[in-house]
Amino acid sequence: MSPAGATPAPALALADAIRSGERRAVEVVEASLAAIAERDGELHCFNLVLADQARARAAEVDRMVAAGEDPGPLAGVPVALKDNLCTRGIDTTCSSRILAGWRPPYDATVVTRLARAGAVVVGKTNMDEFAMGSSTETSATGPTRNPHDTSRVPGGSSGGSAAAVAAGFAPLALGSDTGGSIRQPAALCGVVGMKPTYGTVSRYGLVAFASSLDQIGPFATTVADAAGTFDVIGGHDPADSTSLDRPTPRVLSVLDEGIAGLTVGVVRELLDGADADVVARIRAAAEVCAAAGARVEEVSVPEVALGLSAYYLIAPAEASSNLARYDGVRYGLRVEAPDAASMNVATRTAGFGAEVKRRIMLGTYALSAGYYDAYYGQALRVRTRIIEGFERAYRTCDVLLGPTSPTTAFPLGERLDDPLAMYLSDVCTIPSNLAGHPAISVPFGTGGDGLPVGAQLLAPALGESVLFRAAAVLEAGAPPAGDPGAVDPGAGGAVTGEGAR
Amino acid sequence: MPGRYSISRDDVAHVAMLARLELSDAELDTYTDQLGAVLDHAADVAALDLAGVPPTSHALALANVLRPDEPRPCLDRAEVLASAPAVEDDRFRVPSIMGEAP
Repeated sequence: MSPAGATPAPALALADAIRSGERRAVEVVEASLAAIAERDGELHCFNLVLADQARARAAEVDRMVAAGEDPGPLAGVPVALKDNLCTRGIDTTCSSRILAGWRPPYDATVVTRLARAGAVVVGKTNMDEFAMGSSTETSATGPTRNPHDTSRVPGGSSGGSAAAVAAGFAPLALGSDTGGSIRQPAALCGVVGMKPTYGTVSRYGLVAFASSLDQIGPFATTVADAAGTFDVIGGHDPADSTSLDRPTPRVLSVLDEGIAGLTVGVVRELLDGADADVVARIRAAAEVCAAAGARVEEVSVPEVALGLSAYYLIAPAEASSNLARYDGVRYGLRVEAPDAASMNVATRTAGFGAEVKRRIMLGTYALSAGYYDAYYGQALRVRTRIIEGFERAYRTCDVLLGPTSPTTAFPLGERLDDPLAMYLSDVCTIPSNLAGHPAISVPFGTGGDGLPVGAQLLAPALGESVLFRAAAVLEAGAPPAGDPGAVDPGAGGAVTGEGAR
Repeated sequence: MPGRYSISRDDVAHVAMLARLELSDAELDTYTDQLGAVLDHAADVAALDLAGVPPTSHALALANVLRPDEPRPCLDRAEVLASAPAVEDDRFRVPSIMGEAP
């Protein structure tokens, strides 16, 4: 299953070793559990560690190998799951008080597909409450810390999954990405994180935040492992009515095809507002693409500058509707009260944290009589404009390049009380969600503070093949660890990450 | 372009009621400030002339998805009810909805 050539794929190599009997899944899983026991008290990547279940599952994988059966391409590989992916009979909390102790009566489709591929789930990872946040600080179970610097955030909302892979707790993890919640924490933690084309990975069993934007995707230490995981979880699912009923690109087999002759567009508006050291790294990433034989040009997609405002109307509007289901009736928290209406209010008031309440109210307002056209209606028209802007860029470019995040990992607490500053963390990732396009963050050196920088590649809908090919090129050309990087004074872009407009 | 506090304290109290949330006076002040800042940022979108641009509610052209009308297994009732805050006679139990009968 490992690709030809020199592309490293530690998770897939592990699976190959287990399938061939060279290594035993129980030992691999035990090492993962030991690493978690050793350091997760400090990092808090996990809401729940499934030690007994993981050991039993690993023993089953070993039994299959011994019996001559093939457990699948991810045989015995430890995987961490974001805690908004439903696991039958196992707590799924979305890091919210309102779902504390909830045990879903079914598995998400991605969970079923991972199991069929032989993967071993080691735990459920911490996240911003209901995936609303960019730092994993809005979690009701407390923040996750960045393994590279524990005074910093891991990004979010899938911060637990990103940090778990960065810390070596598991070689693979799944997250969800509504406005950048896979790619931004991947960038801040120095791992690979990918958001697929909307509809290529089933959302069945993903607790809904903003249904027209949510997609599940992989975290891994290398592009090849992310590709192999995408191949496992992607594909049509009749249980998700928004699942694309057409062939999903297979990406692992094309990884080594390179990008010679393709055109890579560096998006000017994604560089605007990024820190100078981040911009310098992205310029260097463009040079790596050129050295690989691609034509590199600077492109302007001015519409993406409107993405942030449109997103923070559309996503809360959809969230206000999706989260209406938490009413204390069928599952989750109930705060008793004399009548049903006051029970609803008491339950929601006690069960939701501050950021979730903020988004629900913002969305309710944007959808309310008198404001619907001015805010929500306008945002939907901006969404059309953003899609048109990308279409224009893809007439000349095969793939687009920019930073994943305007800054490296920021200190815990820095943006928590300033929602707008927090929202600006997502400015580079949001446009792909609004357009439904695939995008990937690849580690590309460090910033001036020594913390990881992520280079983001974007492709048109169903352009996963070219996306992963370009990602493999960037990975191969990334600066070595410890490279200080040169801040290019002529790189352009503002000097702070806060002025992203 | 709307000025700061384009959303009023009364507006926030109203949307909280619509969203079935109860806010303290201090929370009302905080949320009025914070939602105002986000909406001010969105003023650039609200101010655009986009007449004639069709809205996109979804990135994909969605079509209704149907399946044959045939019985098939569904979620296990006992498993579902095990997650409920209160159950009576195999049903979800809730506090009174209509008040006492006259």
